[in-house]
Amino acid sequence: MKSCDKLVEIGRRQFLRGGAIATAGAAAATIAPKAAKAQAGSALLEYPSSRLGSVQNLEVNEPLQVAYPDADAPGVLLKLGKRVEGGVGPDGDIVGFSTTCPHKGFPLSYNASGRTLNCPGHYSVFDCEAGGLQVWGQATQNLPQYILRVDDNGDIFAEGVDELLYGRLSNVL
Amino acid sequence: MAFKRHVDRLPIIPADAKKHNVTCHYCIVGCGYHAYTWPVNRQGGTAPDKNAFGVDLSKQQGPETDAWYAPSMYNVVKQDGQDVHLVIKPDKACVVNSGLGSVRGARIAENRRSDVTGTQQQRLTQPMVWRYGTWQPTSWDDALDLVARVTARVIDKDNENDLFVSMFDHGGSAGGYENTWGTGKLYFQSMKVRNCRIHNRPAYNSEVHSTRDMGVGELNYAYEDYGLTDTIFLVGANPLETQTNLFLNHMIPAIRNGARVLVVDPRRTVTINACEIEAGKDNVLHLAIQSGTDLALFNTLFTYIADQGWVDKNFIAKSTFQGDVAQRQDSKFPSALGSFEMARSACKMSLAEGAKICGVSEGDIVKAAEWIAKPNEDGARRKCVTAYEKGIIWGNDNYRTIGALVNIALANGNVGREGGGVCRLGGHQEGYFRPSDAFIGRPAPYLDQLIIKGHGKVHHIWANDHFKTTLNAVEFKRVYNRRTNLVKEAMDARAGATREELIDAIVGAIEAGGLFSVNVDIIHSQIGQCAHVILPAVESGEMNLTSMNGERRMRLVEKYMDGPGSSAPDCLIAARIAQHLGRVLREQGRDDYAAQFDGYDWRTEEDAFMDGYHTANPDVTYDRLRAMGNNGVQEPVVGYKDGKLIGTKRLYANGEFGTSDKKARFCGGAWRGLQAPGKASEKAKYKFLINNGRSNINWQNWFLDKDNDFVSDRYPYPFLEINPEDMTELGLNPGDLVEVYNDVGATQAMAYPTPTARRNETFMLFGAPTGTQGNVINAGVNELILPNYKQTWANIRKISDAPATVAHLSFKSKEYATD
Repeated sequence: MKSCDKLVEIGRRQFLRGGAIATAGAAAATIAPKAAKAQAGSALLEYPSSRLGSVQNLEVNEPLQVAYPDADAPGVLLKLGKRVEGGVGPDGDIVGFSTTCPHKGFPLSYNASGRTLNCPGHYSVFDCEAGGLQVWGQATQNLPQYILRVDDNGDIFAEGVDELLYGRLSNVL
Repeated sequence: MAFKRHVDRLPIIPADAKKHNVTCHYCIVGCGYHAYTWPVNRQGGTAPDKNAFGVDLSKQQGPETDAWYAPSMYNVVKQDGQDVHLVIKPDKACVVNSGLGSVRGARIAENRRSDVTGTQQQRLTQPMVWRYGTWQPTSWDDALDLVARVTARVIDKDNENDLFVSMFDHGGSAGGYENTWGTGKLYFQSMKVRNCRIHNRPAYNSEVHSTRDMGVGELNYAYEDYGLTDTIFLVGANPLETQTNLFLNHMIPAIRNGARVLVVDPRRTVTINACEIEAGKDNVLHLAIQSGTDLALFNTLFTYIADQGWVDKNFIAKSTFQGDVAQRQDSKFPSALGSFEMARSACKMSLAEGAKICGVSEGDIVKAAEWIAKPNEDGARRKCVTAYEKGIIWGNDNYRTIGALVNIALANGNVGREGGGVCRLGGHQEGYFRPSDAFIGRPAPYLDQLIIKGHGKVHHIWANDHFKTTLNAVEFKRVYNRRTNLVKEAMDARAGATREELIDAIVGAIEAGGLFSVNVDIIHSQIGQCAHVILPAVESGEMNLTSMNGERRMRLVEKYMDGPGSSAPDCLIAARIAQHLGRVLREQGRDDYAAQFDGYDWRTEEDAFMDGYHTANPDVTYDRLRAMGNNGVQEPVVGYKDGKLIGTKRLYANGEFGTSDKKARFCGGAWRGLQAPGKASEKAKYKFLINNGRSNINWQNWFLDKDNDFVSDRYPYPFLEINPEDMTELGLNPGDLVEVYNDVGATQAMAYPTPTARRNETFMLFGAPTGTQGNVINAGVNELILPNYKQTWANIRKISDAPATVAHLSFKSKEYATD
C-alpha cells in the first residue's frame, strides 16, 4: 500500500513541478472532500472540514497534491522541515496552499529547491515558507493558504482558506 | 504572516450593472479595463441571466476567465452621492492587454477612496490652509483668495519670475489632456512662467531632446511592431516590471515566435530571466555593461554596423540629411547633428576600445550588431525594434547617448516601418497639450537649484513630490523646510489678524527669504508638509480624462465615481486660480493684467478639453472617443469617417521626419566618460554603485501604494538588492536596515540578498516614502539640465537588525525558475 502511494506521489510531484498546464480535473484522484454548500443566512462562509492527508504520510519537501474545499480547487500539502507561521503538526512545519495562481488561474509548479510555488503563465513566485507571500509577480493577493488542523491520529484537516480562490466569487461554491 | 484579506466571497456584478470604459491610469501601457457599478442594495446571482458575464458562476471558472475578479478589483464608492458597488476588471477585448491585469492596474478599485471599506483615507477631501499652527480645513473661496492675494503680490505683467511652478506633464493618474491644458493655459498663456519644472526632473524640458532634434519623435511605433520584428533591443529598460502587459501581451508572443532579445543593462532583471525562459539562453543576449557606458557601446555598434555595410543606403539617401553638419554643437545642442557620414566620423569607436570601456567582450558586441543589423540571408532588412527607458534617460550623457542609439535605428532604416521603431517605453501615460513653452528657452532654469539658492517667492506645486523623487534631495529638503517655515512662523505670529495684515506678514517673510508654498495634490504629500495652502484634486475615473499610451493610443476614461469631498479636477482648480487672480488684480486696479486671466469659464473637464486639445484636433470629441471604447485611436488623428476616428499606426511611415526639411539627422556625439559634474570623483571615492529604479509592485512614488496594505506589507522599506558576499562583508542579514551615504546625503533601505547582483553593484528601489533614494544623488546634470540618477556611488553601513515589520517577509529570488 505504501509503495503504491509512493508511485502516486511521484506522479503528483511531476504535475507540481512540470511547467505544462494541467486541468483542474487532475485533482480528482485525490482524497475526496466533503460536499460543500454555501449556507444562506450565515455571516461567514461555512467551509467543509476535509481530511487532506496525515502527518505520517508526509515527507519533507515532497508535495502532496490535494483539493480543497472541493475537487475543482487543486492545492498542495507540504511538510517544510522547518517551523513556519501557520504551520501545523508536531514540527509546526505543515502547510497547505491553493495551486491555482491568483493572477490568471494558471496551475503553479512546486520548486523544491526554492520551496516556492511558481507560475508558468506570468512568472509569479510565491514563498511556501512565508505564508504564500508573493515574492514577485502579477497577482494582487498572496497565495491562498489553508487553515489546517491536525487531530490526535495525525490526520490533517483543512477548515478554511484565507484569500479568495481564483475562478470563483465564493470559495465555497 | 503574509498579508491576507480574508475575503472569501464577493458580490456578483448584476446583468444590468453600469459599465464604463477605463484605461488603467498607472503606467504608460494603458491597459483597458471596465468599471462596473451598481446600487449598494443589489447583487447579481450565479445563474447566467443574473450576472454581467452570462455564465454559470456556481461553477469553477478556468484560467484567464473573464468571469472572475479579485478582492483588489472590488470596492464600495460614491457615485452621484450614492454608495455603489464598484468592480474594475481588465478588458479582454482591449488590444493593448487582452484581459491581462498587472499587479498595479488590478488594484485600481482597491486604491479608490471609500468611506465604507476604509481604503485610501489619506485622500484629501477639502482645501486646507496653514492657520493657528496647523492645517485647518476651509472653503475653496477662502483658500483660493489667499493663494491669489499672495501670488498677486509677487507677479506683475511681464514679470512673473518670482512665481515658481512644479507641474506634472503626464497623462493618466491626475494628468491628461484636460489637466495639462488647464495648468498650461494658466502658466504659459495667462502668465509666462519661466521658472518651472516637471514632476520627475528639476527643469521644464524634454527628457529626450536629442531624438526630437534629430526629427524622430520618441513614441513612433505601434505595439504590434513587436510581433513583426526579428530582434527586440531593450536598453536601460525592465519592461516585465515597468511596462508589464506590453511585455506579456506583445513582447512574449513575439519571443515565442522566434524574435531574439538583446538587453543592455548593468543589472540582471526579471525581464531577462523571462526572456531566457521563453526564448532559450541562445536567443537572449544580455550585455551587462559597466554603468554609464551605453554611449561607448552604441558608438561601437554604429561604427561596426556601418563598417560592415549593414545599413539601408536608400533610406539614408532619401530620408536623412545630406551634407555634413546641420546643427553645430553649442550650449543648446550638446552634440552636432547632421549626416550619416558626419556621425560616422564623430562617433568612431573600435571594437577593442568599446569592449574595454563597457566591460563586455568584442564577440558579444559583434553578436549584438548582427542581431540588430545584419541583413537576412535574402538580403532583406533585418527588423529590429529598439526600446529604451530611464536606464539611459536618467543616465550618463543623456543627449549623446539617446542620439547614438537613434543613429543605429536610422542607419538600418528601422524607423517608421513594420517591425521597427526606436522608442521610449515610458513611465506614465502621456496627455500633453499646452501653449508653447518656447519662451522658457534652452537650457531651462534648474528650478531645484534656484530654490536652494534662495530664489522664488511663491511656489505652486501640482502633484510633484520633490521630497521623494528629486535629486540632491537632502539639501533640497533642508532648504525647503527652512524657507517655508519662515512663512509659517510669520503666519503663526499673526493669528487672528485680518486678511490684509496676514498677507503683509506673509510677504514680509517672503522678502526675508521665505517661500509661500501652494500644494495641489490628491494626498498630503511629503513636500505638502511644507505647504501653506493645500488644494485637493481628483484622479482619473473621478473625472473624465483623456490620455495616450506608449503607441499614442488615445482613450477616454469615463467618470465612474465621485471625487473625495469637494476635491476637483486640476483643470478646474487652475481655472479657479485664474479667476481669483483676475478678481484680485481688478480689485487692485490692475485691469490690463487681470484681463490675461479671462477665458476660464469652464464648468466641466470636457469644457477644458474643448478649449484646449479639441482646438488643434477638431475631429476629436468626448462622444467620439467614448464610441471608440478601450481600443481608442492612435494619434495623430487624421479624420473621422463612418462613425470612427481615423488614427495613425506608426509615425514617419512616408519617410519624412520631424525637421524643417523633413530629413532626419544623425547625432555626432563622441564618448566623453562620465559627463555630469561630480560623478567621476564620486565613483572613485565610494565603494558601491547605487543603481536605482522602479519595481513591479510600487507605482511611481508610492503615493497611493503607501496606503495599500498588500504593497506596504511586501515592501515596508525600499529594497537594496546586494550581492550576498557584500552582505557578509558588511555583517548584514536579509532584511537588515542599512544606511546608504556619501558626501551628498544619506538614506535608508532594506538589504535584499541578490546572488545575480555583481559585487559592489547594488540596486535601490526609487521613490519610497521610507527611504528616499534621491538623498544620495548629487546635483550633477547635463547641459540641458537632465538629471543623472543612475550613476550614483556611496558607501553602506548597517543601521539595525531587520525591524519587526520585515520579519515575516521573503527574501528569496524574484526570478521564476523551472527547476
